[in-house]
Amino acid sequence: MLRILEELGRYFLLLKKVFSKPEKPSIYYKQTMQELVYLGLNSVIIVAIISFFMGAVITLQTAYNTENPIYPTYLIGLGCRDSIILEFSSTIVALILAGKVGSNIASEIGTMRVTEQIDALETMGVNSASYLILPKIIATLLFNPFLTLMSIIIGILGGWIAGTSAGVITSEDFIYGIQYAFIPYYITYSLIKTLFFAFIITSVSAYQGYYVEGGSLEVGRASTKAVVRSSLLILLFNVILTQLLLS
Amino acid sequence: MIRVNNLNKSFGDARVLTDITVTFEPGITNLIIGRSGSGKTVLLKSIVGLHDIDSGEIWYDDVLFNKLDFEGKKKIRREIGMLFQGSALFDSLTVEQNVRFPLDMFTEMTQEEKIDRVNFCLKRVNIINANKLFPSELSGGMKKRVAIARAISLNPKYLFCDEPNSGLDPITAILIDELIKEITEEYQMTTIINTHDMNSVMKIGEKIVFIHEGLKCWEGSKNEILNTDCSTLNDFVFANALAKKLKSGS
Ligand SMILES: Nc1ncnc2c1ncn2[C@@H]1O[C@H](COP(=O)(O)OP(=O)(O)O)[C@@H](O)[C@H]1O
Ligand SMILES: [Mg+2]
Repeated sequence: MLRILEELGRYFLLLKKVFSKPEKPSIYYKQTMQELVYLGLNSVIIVAIISFFMGAVITLQTAYNTENPIYPTYLIGLGCRDSIILEFSSTIVALILAGKVGSNIASEIGTMRVTEQIDALETMGVNSASYLILPKIIATLLFNPFLTLMSIIIGILGGWIAGTSAGVITSEDFIYGIQYAFIPYYITYSLIKTLFFAFIITSVSAYQGYYVEGGSLEVGRASTKAVVRSSLLILLFNVILTQLLLS
Repeated sequence: MIRVNNLNKSFGDARVLTDITVTFEPGITNLIIGRSGSGKTVLLKSIVGLHDIDSGEIWYDDVLFNKLDFEGKKKIRREIGMLFQGSALFDSLTVEQNVRFPLDMFTEMTQEEKIDRVNFCLKRVNIINANKLFPSELSGGMKKRVAIARAISLNPKYLFCDEPNSGLDPITAILIDELIKEITEEYQMTTIINTHDMNSVMKIGEKIVFIHEGLKCWEGSKNEILNTDCSTLNDFVFANALAKKLKSGS
């Protein structure tokens, strides 16, 4: 228990250092642009592929589990839409990004720690926490909402293609279904969750990397820890946010 | 000039440095020597403020460094160049960007001025035609040179080198030592070098401080080091068989 409190304290102290005044905004801008490519654009393809197939599977599952004449088939489209918007494109995509981006950040920063690159920044008088972590946080906060929107669109597209080509639903019914009783607030809800999750992934993983002690073995451990901890926090905050935003 | 007074440093219960008092003069190569684990790196990192010390004073000329706040330390740090044991070049930046980094961060120079300065520093350490290479493409000796170039890019008053020739072959090691000595004299920097290499000691040991288990046991110059009655120092100096033979023969 004491250890948890100690770690929490260290985590918030790090955040305080991260959000202190940048020494040269132009350099931070440049870094952020790079991180947008590195952490954002590089995740587009994986998110697209996963979203497509998940959309497809969700549609087929819904169809086979509701094979009952009393349910109108357009409900399949509706079910696909809502599961994608509410849970899949925010939470599941965040879990996948925790694996990809989180381990990446932890190992990058961890390696910089054990090879004394962070010490080098500090001796030069650079606020290393801010220089290394702030651009990553900003980049993921900016970019992940686009990933979520993209995931929603591709997921629904995947559902439509799978549903119609497997013959479980007609194109008209599916399109009617995804428009039926649409609640725009669900999108907002999904994007708010995405922002929280993006912050969790980046800051928790950066924290794990920043305080590595030892060598490459410890960097590996930190990167595993980053994935596990950010995933658990995502699941926890998913419950909390759902309760706060949808109840 | 850098002065350390009664410095104590421990990690938790483990005492690493005990009551170190020492002065480092500008324009000469000051060496901190001692066995692995004796506390050299911790001493150097304490002096630059990477470790908080338990008690004592660290003076940079007439500034009491360890009592400064972050902003105050930052000012002194602009005048510090540091060479780390593993070079600590930024992996994601090219050679040129590494040397440019402090200029980008802390100066208002124009692009051309920066490029001139980078090329000047790289030439000073004999790195030519490698501007676009990444650290992973360099040999150990080249990395050290680039790290030296980066350390001197802002014309520092103080230069710290942690085991500058560890992991290098003997010939390259001597070249790096000599380069540091030349630069120190040229710019009259206060240079502190950590080493456990007796070749370096005999070559560039103008002032030598011997640390053993966190205590300063001896200080002097390379001319005095062979004839001391400090037994732990003798064990260190004459650790290898050839040196021992020479000593007993003489
Ligand atoms: N961050 C740290 N935390 C705890 N102990 C440390 C730390 N850094 C160094 N030490 C300990 O301090 C002692 C001196 O280490 P160091 O200064 O690296 O030796 P060296 O003379 O080889 O450079 C060693 O016993 C080491 O285990
Ligand atoms: Mg050392």
